[in-house]
Amino acid sequence: MELRNRSLTEIIVSGFKTNINQYAMFIALIGIWIIFQILTGGNFITPRNLSNLLGQNIYIAILAMGMVLVMVAGHIDLSVGFLGGASGALAAVLAHSFGFPVWAIILCALFFGFLIGCWQGFWIAYAGVPAFIVSLGTYMVMKGLIVFILQSQTVYTPDAFNIFGQGFLPQLWLKGDVGSPGVPFHDLSMIIGIAAIVLFWIFEFSSRANRVRYGFEVLPITLQLGKLILISVLIGLIFAIQTFYVGISYAFLLLIFFGLLFTFITTKTVFGRHVFALGGNKEAARLSGINIKFRTMTIFMIMGTMAAVSGIIFTGRLASATPAGGTLWELDAIAACVIGGTSTMGGEGTIIGAIIGAFVIGSINNGLFLMNAPFEVQYIVKGLVLVLAVWFDITSKKRR
Amino acid sequence: MSEHIFEMENISKEFPGVKALDGVTFRVKKGEIHALVGENGAGKSTLMKVLSGVYPYGSYTGHIRVRGEEVQFKHIKDSEATGIVVIYQELALVRQLNICENMFLGNEVQTAGIINWHEAFNRTKTFLKEVGLDVNPETKVINLGIGQQQLVEIAKALSKNAEILILDEPTAALNEEDSRNLLNILRGLKAKGVTCIYISHKLEEVMSIADSVTVLRDGHSIHSQDIHADGGMTEDKMINLMVGRKLTSRFPRKDHQAGAVVMEVKNWTVFHPELQGKKIIDNISFKIRRGEILGIAGLMGAGRTELFLSLFGRSYGVDITGEIVMNGDKVEFHSPGDAINAGFTYLSEDRKGKGLVLGMDIQSNITMASLRKLRKGANQEKGVDKEVSRGGVINSLKEVRVANHYVKQLAIKTPSVEQKVQNLSGGNQQKVVIGKWLMADPQVLILDEPTRGIDVGAKFEIYNLMNELVDRGVAIVMISSELPEVLGMSDRVLVIHQGRLTGELPWQEATQEKAMYYATGGH
Repeated sequence: MELRNRSLTEIIVSGFKTNINQYAMFIALIGIWIIFQILTGGNFITPRNLSNLLGQNIYIAILAMGMVLVMVAGHIDLSVGFLGGASGALAAVLAHSFGFPVWAIILCALFFGFLIGCWQGFWIAYAGVPAFIVSLGTYMVMKGLIVFILQSQTVYTPDAFNIFGQGFLPQLWLKGDVGSPGVPFHDLSMIIGIAAIVLFWIFEFSSRANRVRYGFEVLPITLQLGKLILISVLIGLIFAIQTFYVGISYAFLLLIFFGLLFTFITTKTVFGRHVFALGGNKEAARLSGINIKFRTMTIFMIMGTMAAVSGIIFTGRLASATPAGGTLWELDAIAACVIGGTSTMGGEGTIIGAIIGAFVIGSINNGLFLMNAPFEVQYIVKGLVLVLAVWFDITSKKRR
Repeated sequence: MSEHIFEMENISKEFPGVKALDGVTFRVKKGEIHALVGENGAGKSTLMKVLSGVYPYGSYTGHIRVRGEEVQFKHIKDSEATGIVVIYQELALVRQLNICENMFLGNEVQTAGIINWHEAFNRTKTFLKEVGLDVNPETKVINLGIGQQQLVEIAKALSKNAEILILDEPTAALNEEDSRNLLNILRGLKAKGVTCIYISHKLEEVMSIADSVTVLRDGHSIHSQDIHADGGMTEDKMINLMVGRKLTSRFPRKDHQAGAVVMEVKNWTVFHPELQGKKIIDNISFKIRRGEILGIAGLMGAGRTELFLSLFGRSYGVDITGEIVMNGDKVEFHSPGDAINAGFTYLSEDRKGKGLVLGMDIQSNITMASLRKLRKGANQEKGVDKEVSRGGVINSLKEVRVANHYVKQLAIKTPSVEQKVQNLSGGNQQKVVIGKWLMADPQVLILDEPTRGIDVGAKFEIYNLMNELVDRGVAIVMISSELPEVLGMSDRVLVIHQGRLTGELPWQEATQEKAMYYATGGH
């Protein structure tokens, strides 16, 4: 595959073909937005709504990232919704009834999620109980635990805790809310957005230089620039939406942080490689000397911790923990993974796909809400989209 | 009408690239026990699949006549309708169901879809009595011993009004007592007029039970006779007929200088993971020397793969006892990881099932066993840095470089190392697995059926590679079902029969006849 001998169009076409699922997902997301833009009479694509859309779905995207690891390894975790809910409930009660400081309740919630992850991981990896059953059991235990912890009450959380769910970065020198006289945008958000684009360029060029140094093929410079500009515009848009509304939220920073971390884990670490290997062929992985039991256990420990992160963000956003917290999050997270190209059979999946998948699900919720569609319609539409997404995935793989 | 209950005339069957059967003629008389013998791959199973309609009419050439009438089976059901029933080596019982349910599976005693369990139960009892099995028909198959399961299979065949019973290696998994019992049952069935085709590697059993014998070799039927005719058949005669071909120079033999003992196995015993008390490996001891190719011969099911899987980090079997000494030190491998760390690596016979992650690319497969802290002195190969990961992070540029190194060294045909392994040919896939183990820098490399299912050219390349590795000081153990390959490449051959080491031959003395003699249980 000598790149130098191929024309630009050939490179673009072959690149598109190999990544068709990821592009298709992105195109689907844009398509859904356009459809809702028309159906809602122009209320969908506005900085205000998109900013909301982003904020509303971060906790699902966070869950979905952990779920990618679980599903790539060929497992499933049904407990993550109520585990997130229980972590939030625990945090709320520790703050409200016991007066723990914020840093302590966050550590406690994370540790709780981690412990439950250990518990599940032990049963799945070492005792050999199917993940479906173990997590279904934990699902029920957590549901009970939430009601027990909260004593069936709604418990409010302190403001210092709530910033993870609903807080925004402060302005640096512009004073006042965005939109008020003399404050056309959020300055700190704009700086972060520009910094992100600059970092992206530096990263891309240094890795290009590395490839050249090792004597590997690189994209022709024109194509490379085109790719950089396109992605920069996308990054810019995502930041602009927030910069010209109320600014970047802390939750969004968490999303970016975990998104980068998990992408790194899945693509650059030995652990990530082993997860894909054991999901692709467990026997081959085992006979290659991979400690599949410990790897499996680790996956569930990570998943449990991510569920707690998700619970913290969600609880903070509502400023309270309710006995219904966590209901059906797991299905949204699994749907996000699957829509994002994670194979239900294991061995395949990407973090960026799962994040986009989470926003596809979120966009459907949001759009139908704007259209004043009844609650039940949301379920029906989401269910159909899920089946269609998997069907598309399967048929596109067959063709290749 | 002829005296033959069925005749297969001039049967030929081709698979892509292989002529599995070439003009085979096979005639069986009514009411006899007719043994069908031959080496692995001689075409016995293929011939039976033609007879039973697994390979439908039209996919082979030639004629089959049953009771004098020409038949064209399109499906197993067609052959069963004429009374031909096959009992396969891997038992086809549903282990979670009980005997009665298994007995009539797909053939239920029913009216309008509703099963008459009383009737089915009674009939099951009758058939079980016929095979001398005195157990409750409601016993789950999983609770039966393997010998009893075999009898249930036979009872099931009788329930289908079997007149021609084909048994493929029926005693391979049985202990001696169960085997004797089974042979007696077969004699009883013969007395009732049932015709049996008996496929077996155990020539002793063949001599004791068969009335006639047909020998297949390389897809040809080369001999057929009554067991007592022509001065009588003997085990030695059968072996001669089975292996009778000449060794060709398909094998690039090189003289190797065997060095120090790198690994020694003492009193290795392994039990079957499910069948309680069944020894799969029985007190085997042997040595592997640096710079030699040690061949492991034996028939299918002799325990060759199981022996080395159990050595490779206890990947097979239970209640494993015995000792492994590497370079003079006693070692214990609790997992494949331990074994790999010590430089003991195993290339599986099941390339797709256990060797490769097909959905991953070449580079990931090649580095899969080496993303770990490298053994001291393991990174010595010239021109390649194998330390692809550090602190749990993969350096993808180094990874591509190391993968390219092996693609080049092994001449793997691929556009790039980012190609998914599932898109490669069998030979190239095998080279990827070999690359994986070379990267792990083995002291001892076990190659289990390294040339299975790959074309002649790739085979030759793999043989050459083996010689090259041996010259570098790697000890190679080659397990193969193809005797010519083992004899052609090895410096020393160990022969295994039913989990026991029955012979050790230096290559100068190793002939097919000798190897076959030990492989069929001679001492």
